[in-house]
Amino acid sequence: MRKKLSNKLVQTVMIGPTVLWLLAFLLAPLIIVVGISFLTKNAHGGVNMPITLEAYKSMANLDYLMIFARSMWLAAETTILCLVFGYPLAAIIARSSKNVKPILVLMVMLPFWINSMIRLYGWMTMLRTEGIINTILLGIGIIDEPLAMLYTDGAVVLGMVYELLPFAVLPLYTSIEKIDPSLLEAACDLGAARRRSFMRVTLPLTMPGIFAGSIQTFIPALGLFYVSDMLGGGSSMYLGNLIKNQFLSARNWPLGAALSLLLIVITIVLMRLYTRVGKLDDIV
Amino acid sequence: MKKYSDIKGDTPVKDNIVVRLTDVDKNYGDNRIVKKISLDVSEGEFLTLLGPSGCGKTTTLRMIAGFETVTAGTILLHGEDVKDKKPNERDVNTVFQNYALFPHMNVRDNISFGLVEKKTPKAEIKKRVSEMLKLVRLEGMERRMPSQLSGGQKQRVAIARALVNRPSVLLLDEPLGALDLKLRKQMQSELKHLQQRLGITFIYVTHDQEEALTMSDRIAVMNDGVIEQIGTPREVYDTPKTKFVADFIGESNIIEGYSQNSGDGLMDIIFESGKAVVNGKGIDIDEMLYICIRPENLRITREPVPGFSIKGRVKEHVFVGSSTKTIIELVNGQELKAARTPDAELFNIGERVNVSWLPERAVVLHTKEDKLYDVIENNSASEMFKSFMREDGGNA
Repeated sequence: MRKKLSNKLVQTVMIGPTVLWLLAFLLAPLIIVVGISFLTKNAHGGVNMPITLEAYKSMANLDYLMIFARSMWLAAETTILCLVFGYPLAAIIARSSKNVKPILVLMVMLPFWINSMIRLYGWMTMLRTEGIINTILLGIGIIDEPLAMLYTDGAVVLGMVYELLPFAVLPLYTSIEKIDPSLLEAACDLGAARRRSFMRVTLPLTMPGIFAGSIQTFIPALGLFYVSDMLGGGSSMYLGNLIKNQFLSARNWPLGAALSLLLIVITIVLMRLYTRVGKLDDIV
Repeated sequence: MKKYSDIKGDTPVKDNIVVRLTDVDKNYGDNRIVKKISLDVSEGEFLTLLGPSGCGKTTTLRMIAGFETVTAGTILLHGEDVKDKKPNERDVNTVFQNYALFPHMNVRDNISFGLVEKKTPKAEIKKRVSEMLKLVRLEGMERRMPSQLSGGQKQRVAIARALVNRPSVLLLDEPLGALDLKLRKQMQSELKHLQQRLGITFIYVTHDQEEALTMSDRIAVMNDGVIEQIGTPREVYDTPKTKFVADFIGESNIIEGYSQNSGDGLMDIIFESGKAVVNGKGIDIDEMLYICIRPENLRITREPVPGFSIKGRVKEHVFVGSSTKTIIELVNGQELKAARTPDAELFNIGERVNVSWLPERAVVLHTKEDKLYDVIENNSASEMFKSFMREDGGNA
């Protein structure tokens, strides 16, 4: 009896703070956001009664739908590029020797330790009209006029891929490394040349990693507002920017809250999908 | 009747060589894994590469399959140098140690993998896969995934997946290593029958000497990167050529001794613990030798046997199921094992007995080591032997 009681106590002490933390800083704000989304905006930039569905109704606006579609497209583009560049990188890391492997993994992780804003400022200095790339290209004489690279949609995609590449590489790396090398030998032994063996063995066996990598890049790609702010210069509006603007500039909190909830719902749906396939992974 | 020893293991039929290794070397850095191996494998032969782990047998197999490059020497498949051929271009298939079944494919897709790669027509694939399933007795399992199969079933799928391509040589890398004893025995005879029925050349790697003796037409005993002996199971068992082979295959009593002529084509061998007689053919006088006697050839008697003066004490009887082994301790502390048949005389523990054998049953192994005298000079432990030699010299 005593033991049970002390066990309970230990459990409470161990888990309690985390639960409190989540309640105070995750659940409470979420409830506030849900609440705000049903209120009316007032003239001072805050929110008032009465309760209304106005915010949700106003989302059904062609402009917002365009922004939504553009965000989905950007996220999809980012995800595909992350997979295309991430897969070979992950494969190289997975196949490298035991001594080199940790160094390569560290290099993938390293950018996480530096504030992403700072890293994006780095990109800005490089992409500027009088930035390094333009200066070099002009100097060599490949171009006569500086290229407009910063504040383009291309720069946004570049920034997104740069920010999210590690999220794709790590799950891909894990799934490629898990493949038993003797399976590839068996495929070769049975007459499959490299490409065929990749298509018939490696690719299907790394499907869970590809899926995990996709979800892990797609979800943050939907909400990363600062990349398009900094590298796109606000030339194109995305879901993330839109939400940020509703809260900070347009002062339409209910709409901002409703859009945030939309983003959260999309995320939850994708996460559900992810865990489903995660279970599939165990079977294979 | 044809005697087993008449079949010469070293000189197989020369006209149907499928695999020929000539002076093959494999180095990993400074590490020589395989040292100048030469080997001919005839068509339809079951050849086993037998040796302890790290002896280079798997590396040799992998070089034939094409997974490892050859550092020096040549490998011919059907008379053709395969140096520049990748595994997928070689007419051989491998059964891997851990089966290496594709986990995302069912049994049928696993088996048909090679045929699909060769762009075999669908109807043909279907026919051959069902043939193979019948051959390895897995009918009705086509749709099972590898994770739903038992060890023995996985093994059969792996064999079917290789054999369905009708390779000229099937390479098997310890295929039964992961199975329990009973299943292993069963699979051994299944594999052997399969090989005999299909007439496909098998090159089989194992560290299990019993497995090698049961299944093989010939065994190549490997140790430390070299082939110590190639021969039929009977040959390597009855007439081992090196101490390693005698020791590794079956149980052996190996005694160091020194030869003295005794006429009649016989040779006296002087041991630390006594004197014995062996066939004198090919032995020089004053040669240091290892004498190898199988436990079943060791005779224990109360009365001394003419020519033999090895005395010992019965130390213990060990029951091993099919027989009882008697351990005899010689005067110098060496222990000999004798297999006792059920109707043989039973000796009491502690009883003093004489050890002997039929001279033709002892296998004489020549060594490259120095003459025994040098060994004695340098070995203070053999004081007893010196006194023994003095006694003997006194008699002569």
